[in-house]
Amino acid sequence: MPHTLYDKIWNDHLVHEQDDGTALLFVDRHLIHEVTSPQAFEGLRNSNRKVRQPSLTLAVADHNVPTTDRSKGISDQESKIQVETLEANCKEFGIKLFGMNDKRQGIVHVTGPEQGFTQPGTVIVCGDSHTATHGAFGSLAFGIGTSEVEHVLATQTLVQKKAKNFRINVNGKLPLGVTSKDVILQIIGKIGTAGGTGCVIEYAGDLIRSLSVEQRMTICNMTIEGGARAGLIEPDEKIFNYLKGRPMSPKGSTWDRAVEVWSNLNSDDGSHFDKEVSLTAEEIIPMVTWGTSPQDVITIEGKVPNPNTEKDLDKKSSIERSLKYMGLKPDTLAKDIKIDKVFIGSCTNGRIEDLREAAKILKNKKKASHVHAMVVPGSGLVKQQAEQEGLDKIFINSGFEWREPGCSMCLAMNADKLKPEERCASTSNRNFEGRQGRGGRTHLVSPGMAAAAAIAGNLDDVRKYQN
Amino acid sequence: MQKFISLKSIPTYLPIVNIDTDMIIPKQFLKTIKRTGLGKNLFFELRYDEKGKEISDFILNKKPFCNSNILITGKNFGCGSSREHAPWALLDFGITCIISSSYADIFYNNCFKNGILPIVLNEDKIKEISEYSNRKEEISVNLVDQKIIYGNNEISFEIDPFKKKCLLEGLDDIALSLEKSDKIKSFENKVKNQRPWIFND
Repeated sequence: MPHTLYDKIWNDHLVHEQDDGTALLFVDRHLIHEVTSPQAFEGLRNSNRKVRQPSLTLAVADHNVPTTDRSKGISDQESKIQVETLEANCKEFGIKLFGMNDKRQGIVHVTGPEQGFTQPGTVIVCGDSHTATHGAFGSLAFGIGTSEVEHVLATQTLVQKKAKNFRINVNGKLPLGVTSKDVILQIIGKIGTAGGTGCVIEYAGDLIRSLSVEQRMTICNMTIEGGARAGLIEPDEKIFNYLKGRPMSPKGSTWDRAVEVWSNLNSDDGSHFDKEVSLTAEEIIPMVTWGTSPQDVITIEGKVPNPNTEKDLDKKSSIERSLKYMGLKPDTLAKDIKIDKVFIGSCTNGRIEDLREAAKILKNKKKASHVHAMVVPGSGLVKQQAEQEGLDKIFINSGFEWREPGCSMCLAMNADKLKPEERCASTSNRNFEGRQGRGGRTHLVSPGMAAAAAIAGNLDDVRKYQN
Repeated sequence: MQKFISLKSIPTYLPIVNIDTDMIIPKQFLKTIKRTGLGKNLFFELRYDEKGKEISDFILNKKPFCNSNILITGKNFGCGSSREHAPWALLDFGITCIISSSYADIFYNNCFKNGILPIVLNEDKIKEISEYSNRKEEISVNLVDQKIIYGNNEISFEIDPFKKKCLLEGLDDIALSLEKSDKIKSFENKVKNQRPWIFND
């Protein structure tokens, strides 16, 4: 029987399966951070349990760390305790940690791939919903709760039920200025924020194959915004080249053996998908969100919806609620939305290619005077690479702040946040009410679109700014 | 984990769709290193104004709903972040049963790890049961029989048999999995042979 890539990885990791389909799945790679792990370690201590395989877990502090000068440590006491608790737990249980002042520190979903910890055909979990990012490498990667983090630490397995197979095909070529961020926003707009619930999504088609590794990560990253826990892509030469020589990648003859195994990770011809959706790349144009759910997307040429034209009462009241929160009038043109802040960064768009894309637009241009703009690289190594390429100078000359790596204003757990009613063009992944700060208003965009918005002072079409 | 067997309460009806876990418990409360004490901050931005004062017309700030154990809500409840602080906050507030037409996957799983029963019903039935919230009348939930009893009516709901068993008995699933240690061990040995690059040591 033909199998999908998800079926194959699932079958390869089955430790045990009950008659009712409840399975015990082996976990190859476990990433942890300071926010969702303390209670898991506490649970282990309370029941006198050990970490079963410390070498299969990697820790990094990202959610709470300051993005300004770190030489004096963390001033927020609670954040400081959380980061110190992670350090103490890693020491006690023998887990490798990239501390706040380690050059390799960064957002967990940037650091994992960068170190070669992320590998094809593996099951990767983390107490963070954006774990789907790692699916770009052809792994089954998904977010879990803290009780499950504890379960993985204690048993190196998870109790799971098999999800459905959902394939999204994107074929064709993207127009100039259109990126994988626009592709995934378009997909979420199409399937809705619960469209992938109960499914694992495989992204396929010649457009997906043509994307770079980092562009693929942007797509898989936002899979959870379409309701699916995991999104994956068949691994290919690009993936193998990306991983070769990374610190935690296989070496020597083991590398050759690994590539041989990885090369067989694909969905068989004729394998069954419970759901399938197709998009044409040429029809995708730069996207922005207008509301408070990632499914609230319009094109940069479009306008904000009018609730009076919506017949479904639930949808109508949802649009009204979002418009009120966002401080927008129905039928406003996207390009007429004035912004106060720009945030470039996050596990969605905080990698070197994202920074290059934004810098390309910003070169020799200034941000609008009323806009406050910042760049937060995804990791210390991304920051270092960007500085080697002189990208930091481009951002600083445009009037951006150049920060230290972390999650920052994507979820605003540290000092980086919006004030009530401030409006932000953000390369992050969620525009929920209060996500970037209480009363803050988020418009999700690609890095190029964020740069264009910074220059114009309002949402604008990146295609006008191609250097 | 505390058991869930049955429950009787006046339900709270919160008719908002796509309630995300940021809305259930905002990020500033994720800095805790404990599981308890989050109830007072449940739905923080809906419950309190900018100055931290209770918003009197928000349903969970009103009697009898502030003592409610059942939350009826719009579809796709618990979407977004994987934070288990969301079910911890609900539990700490006293909510141990949720009724919705759909849930986000991670949140749904997290409920069962904390003795919370998330029930799936169709929209029509939800509208019908929500009347009991409007009328401030109690409804009963019985997990053993998989039934909700309201007035002279009752309705059955579906639940995964293994998840049901864990809730009814308050089982610690780590202990259950550790009973399979031998199987895990032999699986690890297989991995070491077939995919030796997985173990870094």
